[in-house]
Amino acid sequence: MRPALANRLTPYMFLAPAAVIMAIALLYPLGYMIWGSFRDWSPSQTIGEAEFVGFKNYITLWNDPNFRESLGVTLKFAFFVVTFEMIIGVGLALLLDRDLRGMSLLRTLFILPMMIAPVVVGLMWRYMYHPTVGTYNRLLDWLGLPTVDWLGQHALMSIIIADIWQWTPFIFILSLAALQSLPRSALEAARIDGATGWQQIIHIKLPLMMPVLIVTALLRLIDAFKVLEVILVMTEGGPGLSTEILALRISRTATEFRELGVAAAMSNYLLILLLGLTVAMFAFNRLQEIRAARVRAAVEEDE
Amino acid sequence: MSQSNTRQNPAFYALIAVLVIMAIGPVLLMFVNSFKLDVDIISGTSGLLFLPTIQNYEKALCDVLWYEPSHVEFCSLKFGGAFINSLIIALVSTVLTLIIGCMAAYALVRFRFMGRDTVSMSTLMVRMVPPAVLLVPVFGLWNNEFCLDKEGLIGGFIRDTMGGRGDVCLAGTHSGIILIYVAMNLPFVIWILQSFIVQIPRSLEEAARVDGAGPFQVFFKVVLPLIKPGLAAAAIFTFRIAWNEYLLASALSDRDTKTVPILIVNNMSEFNVEWGVIMATGMLLAIPPIIFTLFASRQIITGMTAGAVKG
Repeated sequence: MRPALANRLTPYMFLAPAAVIMAIALLYPLGYMIWGSFRDWSPSQTIGEAEFVGFKNYITLWNDPNFRESLGVTLKFAFFVVTFEMIIGVGLALLLDRDLRGMSLLRTLFILPMMIAPVVVGLMWRYMYHPTVGTYNRLLDWLGLPTVDWLGQHALMSIIIADIWQWTPFIFILSLAALQSLPRSALEAARIDGATGWQQIIHIKLPLMMPVLIVTALLRLIDAFKVLEVILVMTEGGPGLSTEILALRISRTATEFRELGVAAAMSNYLLILLLGLTVAMFAFNRLQEIRAARVRAAVEEDE
Repeated sequence: MSQSNTRQNPAFYALIAVLVIMAIGPVLLMFVNSFKLDVDIISGTSGLLFLPTIQNYEKALCDVLWYEPSHVEFCSLKFGGAFINSLIIALVSTVLTLIIGCMAAYALVRFRFMGRDTVSMSTLMVRMVPPAVLLVPVFGLWNNEFCLDKEGLIGGFIRDTMGGRGDVCLAGTHSGIILIYVAMNLPFVIWILQSFIVQIPRSLEEAARVDGAGPFQVFFKVVLPLIKPGLAAAAIFTFRIAWNEYLLASALSDRDTKTVPILIVNNMSEFNVEWGVIMATGMLLAIPPIIFTLFASRQIITGMTAGAVKG
C-alpha cells in the first residue's frame, strides 16, 4: 500500500471497531425496540412473527392506572432524591472546603458507597431496615421508641434514604471540585470588604458555582431514572406498587408478564422523558457558552 | 478557604466523624455480620462481642474449596463459578473497551473529522439510556437474531464440538454479555480519553514520525504511555459497571454464565434468608471495588469530574 493512502485510511481504521460495536449493540437494538413497540410480541416469538398492532401498546399504557402510578413513583423518587442530595452535598462541600489534614482520605471514604455494587447496597439496607433483626429498629427499640415499618408503610421514603446515602458523595465531590476552582481574587476581595461567611456563600460562591451545579443536578436526575437494582433487592417494587419505578416495571413486564411489546413501548416513554431532560441540559450548556463568549467580548471591547 | 491558622471548632470534627461513620458504617456492618453465625445475627447480640467464624465464606465458596467443610451438607450455592464468570466478563470487557475506545479517541482528536461536540453529544445520549430500556431489544436480538445457523459452517462446527441443540446464539455466552458491556461503556471511555489525548503536544508525535515511526508505532509507543492516568480512570469505571451490573446479565446469562449479582439477587428472593451467607457473598462482590477505591481514589475522582463537569 502506498504510504499516502495508508495515512489517509488510518483514522477510519482506528475508528472502525468502536463504530461497528456501537452500531450493532446500541443503535440497532434501540431501533429494534421502537419497531417492536408497535407489535403484540411475546418472548417465544421472533419479532417477524409478532402481530403489528400500531399504537395499541402506547394507548393501553397511557390508560393503565398501574403504569401511571409507576410513573408517579418514578417522578417522586427522582425529585426527592435529587433535591435532598443537592442540598446535603452542596452544603457539605461548602462546610468542608478548607485546608484539612486528611481531606483526601475523607474523600476516599466518601466515594466508597458509589463504587460498591447496587445489589450489595440493596442487601445492606434491606438488612438494616429489617423489621425485627435490622439495625434501625433495634436502635429504636433500645432507645425505648416505637419501631418503624421501614420497607412496609414507608417503603418509598426508605429507598429514597438509601439512594441519598449512596449518591450524595457524587454531588459533594463535584461541588467541592467546583468550589476549589473558583477565582481566589473574588473571594479575597469580598473578605477585604468585610463580607461575612454567609454573604460570601450566597453572593459569591453559589452564583459562581451555579453552572456546574446545574449540570451536576441534571446528570444526577438522569441517573435517578436508572436506579433499579437497589430497589429490586430492597422491596421488589412492593408493597403493592409503592416503590415500583418505571425501570423495574419494564423488566417485570418483560420477564414476568411476558409482554415484550408493552415493555418496549414503556421503554420508549422512559426514553422520551430522558431525551427531554438531556436536550434541556444541552440547551443550558450552549446558553452558558454563549453568555460566557458575550462577556468575554464585552471585556475585550472595554480594554 | 484557608483557615488553617485558626483552630477548628471541636463540633466540626464531631461532624466529620459522624459523616465518616454514616458513609462506611453500613459497609462495616456487612463486614462484621459476614463473620457471624445466623443465630448471632438474629438473636441480637449486637456489637463486637461474638466469635468470628468463616463458616459463611466456606458455605459461599463451597464449590471451589479444596476441602469439604464439615458444616456444609450440600453445596447448593455455586458462588465460585459465578465469581469466575464475573471476573472473566469484567476483565475482558474492560480490556476490549479500553483498546477500542483508545483508538477511537485518538482518531477523533488527531484527525478531527468529527468535532468534539459530536462525541460529547453521543456520550451524553448514551449515558441517558437506562439499562432497563436495552433489556427488551437485547433479549430479543441476542436470542433470535445474533445467531449462527446450526446448519452453517461455523455454527455447525460449534454444535459438533460443544454439543447442545438449536442455533448457536449470543445469549447465554460470555461474549454476549461482554458485547453489550463494551458498547455501553465505549462512549464514556472515548470521552475521558479524548480529554487526556488533547493535552499531548502534537510536536511530540511529529518528532516520532520524522524519526520514521508509522502511525501505529506513534500510537503505541508515544501516545499510550502518556495517557496512563486517563487509562486508569477509564479502566476503573468500565470494570465497575461490568462487575456490578445485574439487569442485562440476568437477561442474557444461562445456568453456566451467571454472574455474582444475579446469584445474590436470586438468593435474596428465596423465602428463608440466610443473612450470614448473603452478607459473605455481598462482601466478596464488594471487595474488588473497595480495593480500587482505596488505592486509586485520585483516578476515580479525576474520571468523575472529567466525565461530569466537562461533559
